[in-house]
Amino acid sequence: MIKLSNIEKIYDSPAGKVHALKGINLEIAKGEIYGIIGLSGAGKSTLVRCINMLERPTSGKVIVDGQDMTKLNDSELRNARKNIGMIFQHFNLLSSATVYENIAFPLKLSNVSKDKIAKKVNPLLELVGLKDKANQYPAQLSGGQKQRVGIARALASNPKILLCDEATSALDPQTTKSILDLIYTINKNLSLTVIVITHEMQVIKEICDKVAVISNGVIAESGKVLDVFTNPQHEITKEFISVLLSNELPAAFRGSKISQTKTEGSLLLLRLNFLGESADDPVLAQMIRTCHGVECTMLFGNLDEIHGVPFGRFIIGLSGSENAVQSALEFLGGKDVRVEVIGYVRRNSAALD
Amino acid sequence: MFAEILPLLTKALGETIYMVVISMAIASIIGVPLGVLLYTTDKGQILESPALNKIVGSIVNAIRSIPFIILMVAIIPFTRLLVGSAIGTTAAIVPLVVASIPFIGRQVETSLKEVPAGLIEAALSMGATPMQIISKVLLPEAMPSIVAQLTTVIIALVGESAMAGAIGGGGLGDLAIRYGYQRFRPEVMIATVVVLIVLVQLVQFLGNTLAKRLNKK
Repeated sequence: MIKLSNIEKIYDSPAGKVHALKGINLEIAKGEIYGIIGLSGAGKSTLVRCINMLERPTSGKVIVDGQDMTKLNDSELRNARKNIGMIFQHFNLLSSATVYENIAFPLKLSNVSKDKIAKKVNPLLELVGLKDKANQYPAQLSGGQKQRVGIARALASNPKILLCDEATSALDPQTTKSILDLIYTINKNLSLTVIVITHEMQVIKEICDKVAVISNGVIAESGKVLDVFTNPQHEITKEFISVLLSNELPAAFRGSKISQTKTEGSLLLLRLNFLGESADDPVLAQMIRTCHGVECTMLFGNLDEIHGVPFGRFIIGLSGSENAVQSALEFLGGKDVRVEVIGYVRRNSAALD
Repeated sequence: MFAEILPLLTKALGETIYMVVISMAIASIIGVPLGVLLYTTDKGQILESPALNKIVGSIVNAIRSIPFIILMVAIIPFTRLLVGSAIGTTAAIVPLVVASIPFIGRQVETSLKEVPAGLIEAALSMGATPMQIISKVLLPEAMPSIVAQLTTVIIALVGESAMAGAIGGGGLGDLAIRYGYQRFRPEVMIATVVVLIVLVQLVQFLGNTLAKRLNKK
């Protein structure tokens, strides 16, 4: 549906040239919800604007629905844009127009008749749950309601693609959830291709099928959300995920020296990642039963799911005889669990006090 | 005494209103599009055209830097060409219009600058043409501010029309100078000033009310 090849964007600024995008390649299939996550300044907003040519890439190809957007003339581009809805962080609604008029706006641009506009706008009002607000002005609405108007407006021209530029970043967590649910529902019911730009991993986790992590104008990594979440490769990805899944050691061990060899009174800390069905298996119980003499302390645990696939992350501390610990490691190695050995760490004495 | 001043006052007030209304109407027809041009041809805007923007901007600045009293005299030949005479209420309209066009242009430009850039971006993302952005986004969104700015222009026109009156244009300024000052009749002067104050208050009140009604923020 969307294919970006070798997208470069260089801005001229008073301080010199700014290389915002450095050779981006991205392919987004029809009906997918594709997340693009990055810190502010990473280039994600520029990237999404390259899809509908609000920003013209310095070089590279932008193929949307078989058309190379970079080659269209002004009027062809305007028509192509009618197939691409967009919603914004700050909603960008007309303050001088009512909710109804805002949703009707893209249709008015195409000179659609009043009757046809009503036939289109009324169901949209219902879809976003704002039927009773039709004649109010945006200033009278809450942030979540404004974004609902934005979504309805973006859908008015029956687009095939919906671009969401930090659409939930100005909203509180609860409202974010409801807007994400709405986007998800629309994606499923209208088989719309959705691109979500965000700096919040929660948003990616909640609705995206795939994710690309962008950093300094390049895509650091991309793939299915589940894969990227459970096996992040890039430092920046790990950082994003750590917001949801703490990567830190429990407080009692934080700041202690980590040793790769056994020291007196220390525990061997392991980070375990369970994915899919293995998250349901009683792996730890089996380990304790099988490997005699091993002591297992649970230090941190988190179970979550992405699109119905459970995944868990635990930090455990092993102690006991060297043989017992070794056999426990071997046991875990043979299971469907990703094991990361952190090392031997002693309890932080300060934390005990 | 009041009975004697009243007809003078009403006639002068009528002339002032005539000058202001006609000048404002003509100046707006040209000045509002001028403001749109100044804004839309600026850097990064929908009709970006740095050369045109610079040329028009310089002309606007040049006219605005000429004190009205000098402008009025300087363009007498032009006024004569246009209305056949350089004296009289109608003749006064010409310099009033010339002075107000660039003023309105800048005021409208200022109002348009208050429209959030995100709105233009949103309209572009929906496939709006530059003309549609001007007529359906920029002007409606800036309207409360434009009304407030134009109110200021009208009030400035009331003052300038008094100046125009002083060199034979009629109106309240003419009355105040000829009767109040030259014939030593302070009561005429005071009455004129009172009428001017009331007039300006009324214009400001109407402008504020309209701007407030248009503002849905």
